Amino acid sequence: MGYLGEIFVMAMTAIFIQNFVLSRFLGLCPYLGVSKKLDSALGMGLAVIFVMTLASSFTFLINRYLLMPYNMEYLQTIAFILTIAALVQFVEMVIQKYAPALYSALGVYLPLITTNCAVLGVAILNTSMFRSDGITPYNFLDSTLNGFFSGVGFTVVLLAMAGIRMRIEKAEIPKSMQGMPIALILAGIMALAFYGFIGFKI
Amino acid sequence: MSFLKELTKGIIKENPIFVIVLGMCPTLAVTTSVVNALGMGLAATFVLICSNIMISLIKDITPASIRIPVYIVVIAAFVSIVDMIMEAYLPGLHKSLGLFIPLIVVNCIILGRAEAFAGKNTVLMSIADAIGMGLGFTLSLTIVGTIREILGAGTWLNIRVTPAGYDPMLIAILAPGAFITLGFLMAVMNMIKERK
Repeated sequence: MGYLGEIFVMAMTAIFIQNFVLSRFLGLCPYLGVSKKLDSALGMGLAVIFVMTLASSFTFLINRYLLMPYNMEYLQTIAFILTIAALVQFVEMVIQKYAPALYSALGVYLPLITTNCAVLGVAILNTSMFRSDGITPYNFLDSTLNGFFSGVGFTVVLLAMAGIRMRIEKAEIPKSMQGMPIALILAGIMALAFYGFIGFKI
Repeated sequence: MSFLKELTKGIIKENPIFVIVLGMCPTLAVTTSVVNALGMGLAATFVLICSNIMISLIKDITPASIRIPVYIVVIAAFVSIVDMIMEAYLPGLHKSLGLFIPLIVVNCIILGRAEAFAGKNTVLMSIADAIGMGLGFTLSLTIVGTIREILGAGTWLNIRVTPAGYDPMLIAILAPGAFITLGFLMAVMNMIKERK
């Protein structure tokens, strides 16, 4: 299987089979918190794709060239969270200066992303991921792509959830089920639907 | 008196999961069994107590503009300690919690308490707050874990509790079961609140 096939498997796995939100349970706070409106969900999703892609590549470099040569993998958690926090801050400043339109779209969501566990999650997961042959560890490009596809997976379910929640607002729901409880049950049904993807093998 | 008040508020009145709705990821991910839920709850409680003490001690010398990075570093240091201790002494639990131990760093409850409480109050009060919130978190995880383990595996703390004819509902320990269980639990909490 060529590298394109590898990328295809990686994309399918990250978006459908091992979806970050529905099967790995990462990034639930924004998934439940920012899914009330479609346009804010889109803003959050794009910001997450952006930061996850960058964070995957940066943390890969830090892990491979700073921590591993000196056997300091035990500092992974601290090193990664600092990298992500600094990165988010930096990205925010750059976008604010050079792309004000993008900034006004993503602005509010960027600071929130530091504490989005999906970003730290993908960084840590990348250090222990293997290609489909099960032997080759992820290289720089693999990690970056995995970060990107995981972000896409997050955005896909976030948008779907926002769409459903906008419709459900008009439905008659028992008072005690309104808000968070119905959102959680919807998420459960979505997760059930996503289980269908595990059934087929690529 | 107020020490007791700070201690008990986290358990029911300001329960981090059911009332404030923070820290959803571990709540859903590690509650497949009671053991995992207890392990996660206690690990997070330990980090919360340590970070609250530390942050409340250094609150006067922390410049306000960089307090969030400072908090994150303090929390990350304690999480790394917990991670290493658990790997050494509880390898089984460490393996089943997996990724979610390092992810205690980004658990909103811990950073939330640092920002909302420990950064403004005395050490003693911060300890009370941390113990209360930690117990509230552990208790909520255990409730969710209990329901899921009994429905999904027919056991509680690995002891069989259901009659022999019970066919375990596997869905309860899979991902959809987590969402649905928590959804119904929250609906029940809302119902109780409305009655009052």
